[in-house]
Amino acid sequence: MSFINYSSREINCKIVYYGPGLCGKTTNLQFIYDRTRPESKGKMISLATETERTLFFDFLPLSLGDIRGFKTRFHLYTVPGQVFYDASRKLILKGVDGIVFVADSQEERVDANLESMDNLKENLVEQGLNLADLPLVIQYNKRDLPNVLSVEQLRRDLNPNGLPDFEASAAQGEGVFETLRTVAKLVLVQLKQAK
Amino acid sequence: MIMYEEEHRQISFLLNKLYRETNTRACYIVDKNGQLVAEAGEVENIDSTSLSSLVAGSIAATGSLAKLIGEKEFSIMLHEGKDQHIHVSLVAGGVILVVIFDGRTSLGLVRLRVKKASEEFNKVFINLSKKVQSPKAKSPFSEITDDDIDSLFRDDDIDKLFRE
Repeated sequence: MSFINYSSREINCKIVYYGPGLCGKTTNLQFIYDRTRPESKGKMISLATETERTLFFDFLPLSLGDIRGFKTRFHLYTVPGQVFYDASRKLILKGVDGIVFVADSQEERVDANLESMDNLKENLVEQGLNLADLPLVIQYNKRDLPNVLSVEQLRRDLNPNGLPDFEASAAQGEGVFETLRTVAKLVLVQLKQAK
Repeated sequence: MIMYEEEHRQISFLLNKLYRETNTRACYIVDKNGQLVAEAGEVENIDSTSLSSLVAGSIAATGSLAKLIGEKEFSIMLHEGKDQHIHVSLVAGGVILVVIFDGRTSLGLVRLRVKKASEEFNKVFINLSKKVQSPKAKSPFSEITDDDIDSLFRDDDIDKLFRE
């Protein structure tokens, strides 16, 4: 849920990066953090296990500029991707304004992608939200690896409604900013339409 | 959540009062989604954005723990350190009041003052809720045009935020 503060003249929104384990959600945030000017970002927080798997969430606050005298701030979160961390994923989705679904393009992760997409829908329904009503961008990550499915096949499985989608290699930064820019814009457009 | 200047002034006043009367290090109001609403006290050396996100995550996890054992909620959390402590409580049906304190005060005094302050915060947030739901409620988005949003995401402008 967005937070509009007239006192500090800020519009704050929450974007959640969702997807199966090891698909590259944290890598997306890390790349954004590394490449963003210091004045536009806050501290990145990673609540991770000793083996650097996300345990609860990663968090990165970003400022994307002013609209009509209001600063636009986006709080980027990732969820833990591993199946058994479902309770934590539900908590992170609370108050979400927009979602990036990061899919792993590798052939062997077809089932994991589908399972994670179903899990996202179920967890939103539990909060009275419908994925179809939320700004959603799909990212087909790891395009640099050799054993990837075609984008057409990934689209058929994960994006039958033709939502905005991007090919990415988050480790190299390809597609990362395009994804972020698109979801942030969709969130603001949705907030405007809600009024 | 929408926060108007008048209610923000009232909340800041109450937070400053709590800070002074309790002799704490710092006090914060944070919404349940991790957004900082207001702060008071020695806040210069504390990253309030990180603090807000972590406190909201902690409250969310604690709320789920409560439900697991059949409790409605744990309305108070205390993190006890060697020299500094954090008292976290839910006020106004879901806003988070955070008090950071040290040896200059006592847990008993913090609890007492937080309880009293909670009643005053409740009144402000009830008024705010009524105001937001009123048909006269304003939103910055009523003035923002599609072109404004487009211009924020122009290549030149957005690229300035990121290093080469």
